Amino acid sequence: MPSALINVPKKAKRGDVIEIKTLMSHIMETGYRHTASGDVVPRDIITSFTCRFNGTEVFRADLYPAIAANPFITFFTTVTESGKFEFEWIGDKGFSETAQASITVE
Amino acid sequence: MRIGACIVLLTAMAGAALATEIPPDQRRSGYSFMSPDTKAMQDEDTANPGMLSVLDGEALWKRKAGSADKACADCHNDARVSMKGVAAHYPAFAKALGRPVDLEGRINLCRTNHQQASPFAYESRELLALTAFVAQQSRGLPIAAGDDPQLAPFVDKGHALFMQRQGQLNLACANCHDDNWDKKLAGSAITQGQPTGYPLYRLEWQSLGSLQRRLRACITGIRAQAYDYGSPELVELELYLMSRARGMPIETPAVRP
Repeated sequence: MPSALINVPKKAKRGDVIEIKTLMSHIMETGYRHTASGDVVPRDIITSFTCRFNGTEVFRADLYPAIAANPFITFFTTVTESGKFEFEWIGDKGFSETAQASITVE
Repeated sequence: MRIGACIVLLTAMAGAALATEIPPDQRRSGYSFMSPDTKAMQDEDTANPGMLSVLDGEALWKRKAGSADKACADCHNDARVSMKGVAAHYPAFAKALGRPVDLEGRINLCRTNHQQASPFAYESRELLALTAFVAQQSRGLPIAAGDDPQLAPFVDKGHALFMQRQGQLNLACANCHDDNWDKKLAGSAITQGQPTGYPLYRLEWQSLGSLQRRLRACITGIRAQAYDYGSPELVELELYLMSRARGMPIETPAVRP
C-alpha cells in the first residue's frame, strides 16, 4: 500500500520560509526483533529521503532502525521561483517511492 | 518503586466506592488527555498516520472482490454519502444473527454474503483500512449507538461486563475508567475509555488498531484471560462503551499515545 501524504503550501511570496511536511507509509522493521520461534525478523527500513526543487537537492536525510513506523519528516526551505518539489524515499528490499508537489511563487 | 506505586494505587482503588458513572457534562475524549504534539498529529490530515489507512481503505472500497466480483462501491456507491453517520450507530443489531455486530463484523458479513469472498482476518491491514475509511465518513458526528430497543439486553450485558471485577488484579473496567479517570497510572493518564476514535493510530502500536485490540490489551493488563477477537463479549463491551459515549463526536482516525 505504499503511499505518501505531502503538505506543501500551494502559494508563497518570493523568499518566504515555507514548511514542508511529508508522511510515508512504511513498517520500519528494525532487524532486531525475533519471531516466537527465535528467527530474526529481517531489517526492512527506509534508508534515505531526498527532496529536490526544480532538480536541485534542497534536503536529504538518512534514516536508521530507531525511527518509528510511517516516518514523518518536516523541514523548512525558501523559494524564489515557482516550481516543483520532488520527494524520493529509498529503502531495503528495493523500496523506492516518489511523490511531487507544485508551488506558485508570487 | 513502580510496584510500590501500583500497590498504593490499587489499595486506594479497592477502598474507593465502586462505580459512580461519569456525568454527561464531565465526559472527555482521550484526545483531551494528550500532549499538544500528539493533538497536532491527529488534527492535521497530512500528519495523521491513520490517514494512510483511510486512503488505503478508499482504494479497497472500489476494488472488486470475491466470486460475485463486486466492490463495496457497486452497491453502496459513494461512501461519502452512503456511509455518512453509519459508524456512529455501530455496533448495530444484526437480525439474521440475533445479536449485535460491530463495524468490522458488518464489513466481514458483507464480504461473505454479498461479495462471496473470504472474510478479512481481525486486525488485518485490509479490515482496519476499510473500517477506518467507513468510520471516517462519520467524523465529527455524534455517537448514536445503542438506541435500537432490540439492543437493550446486550447493552446491559456489556454494562455488567464493564462492572465485573476479573483477573489476578481483580479489577473491573469501572475501577479505572469510571472511578479514577482523572488520575495517572505509571505516568500515563488513565482516561475515561471513551471509544470515540476507533480504529485509531496508536503510537505504541506503530499501527492502526481496533477497539477490540484495545479492550484485549486492557484485559490482559488486569491479568485476565482476554476474549477472542469477534467474541460476543467483546462486541457487547464495545456496544456498552459506545452507548456510554452517546453524543460525543467521532474522531476516526484518532491518534493516541
